[in-house]
Amino acid sequence: MKALFFSLLFMALCITRAWAGDNTPTVESNKAAIDLVQTHADYLWTLVAASLVFFMQAGFACVETGFTRAKNAINIMMKNLMDFSIGSLAFWAIGFGLMFGATKAGLFGTSGFFLSDFKRGGDPWVLAFWMFQVVFAATAATIVSGAMAERTKFSGYLIYTVFISALIYPIFGSWVWGGLYHGGGWLEKLGFIDFAGSTVVHSVGGWAALAGAIVLGPRLGKYDKYGNIRPILGHNIPLAALGVFILWLGWFGFNPGSTTAANKDIAMIFVNTNLAAAAGATLAMFTSWIRFRKPDAGMSLNGALAGLVAITSPCATVSPLSAVIIGAIAGIIVVFSVVFFDRIKIDDPVGAISVHGVNGAWGTLAAGIFNMGGTSAKVIGVQVLGIVTCFVWTFLTAFILFKIIDKTIGLRVTPEEEMEGLDFGEHGGMAYPDFEVSAYAQK
Amino acid sequence: MKKIEAIIKPFRLDEVKEGLTGIGIKGITVSEVKGFGRQRGHRETYRGAEYQVDFVSKIKMEVVVEASMAHEAVAIIQEKGRTGQIGDGKIFVLPVEEAIRIRTGESGRDAI
Repeated sequence: MKALFFSLLFMALCITRAWAGDNTPTVESNKAAIDLVQTHADYLWTLVAASLVFFMQAGFACVETGFTRAKNAINIMMKNLMDFSIGSLAFWAIGFGLMFGATKAGLFGTSGFFLSDFKRGGDPWVLAFWMFQVVFAATAATIVSGAMAERTKFSGYLIYTVFISALIYPIFGSWVWGGLYHGGGWLEKLGFIDFAGSTVVHSVGGWAALAGAIVLGPRLGKYDKYGNIRPILGHNIPLAALGVFILWLGWFGFNPGSTTAANKDIAMIFVNTNLAAAAGATLAMFTSWIRFRKPDAGMSLNGALAGLVAITSPCATVSPLSAVIIGAIAGIIVVFSVVFFDRIKIDDPVGAISVHGVNGAWGTLAAGIFNMGGTSAKVIGVQVLGIVTCFVWTFLTAFILFKIIDKTIGLRVTPEEEMEGLDFGEHGGMAYPDFEVSAYAQK
Repeated sequence: MKKIEAIIKPFRLDEVKEGLTGIGIKGITVSEVKGFGRQRGHRETYRGAEYQVDFVSKIKMEVVVEASMAHEAVAIIQEKGRTGQIGDGKIFVLPVEEAIRIRTGESGRDAI
């Protein structure tokens, strides 16, 4: 009772003191205070969304590990850890400046390297914005590791990771998103729609993955000597499924977070994101059911991701009904695309090229077709131009990069190491040692 | 009748199997086994600490053939199972007294 009395007295004192200290509120001071609340909300939402997008790294790691063999599990986890870590440093040092720095010729930015735009006591928005952008850059980088799984030399992969985060992704990104900060790109000036990056993030990752898979060639045993496809089973489908759920969650930061502002727009973007994923999973399931006579788990999981990738570009500019249609078509496309790449002997262990490359292109096209603000041949034409530009730029630069790595330090492990597993060959251990009869004798 | 027991590297299994079915062998039993020979296991590292794995994964393949085919089958296993690296494994040939097919009761060469 006594404690309650004193605490009430203390509160009363505080309130009186606070009143006494304030100046009389004016319209201007109220407006400033309200604006400050909005600014804080923008920071908060942008950084919460950045955290969700960061968690997508865990999703990618689970998906890729689950869809590949146990003997390569450490290797995949290490690649996912390192493309985020090394990618963050590369994007901080070089990538962010190229993508969002002030630009003279309009081809890429040339300021803001090493986060030099931030000064002590200055506006910290650049930090929040950088944090949100770095997790995007890392998403593009990590897509590739799945398509190149189970046969890529670790050192070669690390070199690739520096180049995509420092050069390939940021330069293309500056053409579309530069204007979000100090830059300004030629594609955005034409009115290219890519709200959260079906093209900028996912197609860049997907086409780089295509280049990597082509330069590497298929895994040993993927095709028999007559050229027939032999499936190489993933070792942990529950882990892959968990990864897809994590990615789905992460996308609620990826798409709605791309407002980088706490406003009412995020509600529709959330709904569109979810509906497209749901439609993608559902249609991929039915397509696989009809084609393979069983509802295939791997295809259904990839269908959800395909829907998510496809809605990433149009999520802010289409109606929920359009989102369902876009996701549904993505779910159908992904099944045929995975089978197609298998047939033409491009070995993509997790389906990254189909999910991110092909459906990134579809989503970007859909943003033009289903645009709520009206569509025209010109709108769709600009979308197609962006899609083609992305393919040409990314595929060519990535292909040259992988070829150079291949000719110098080597891109692929030896056949013996590939058969033994990259966990032992590259990292000197096993992911699941309890299944080994080992003596554990310390040296 | 002879029983051929071969310890081979796991990733050679498909090649060896195809070689054996190619000469008309109709049944093969395999098991995942652990062991060491001259290869003496290998060393792995865990958070910087090295440790010895004495028993490495191998495939044990068991095939029963007519005595006249044993030589050819052994040659196939040796050819297809060989990588030239240490740890390629060994082949043992044992005499077999009798073979019976459980379903029909056939015995001898009809059962293999």
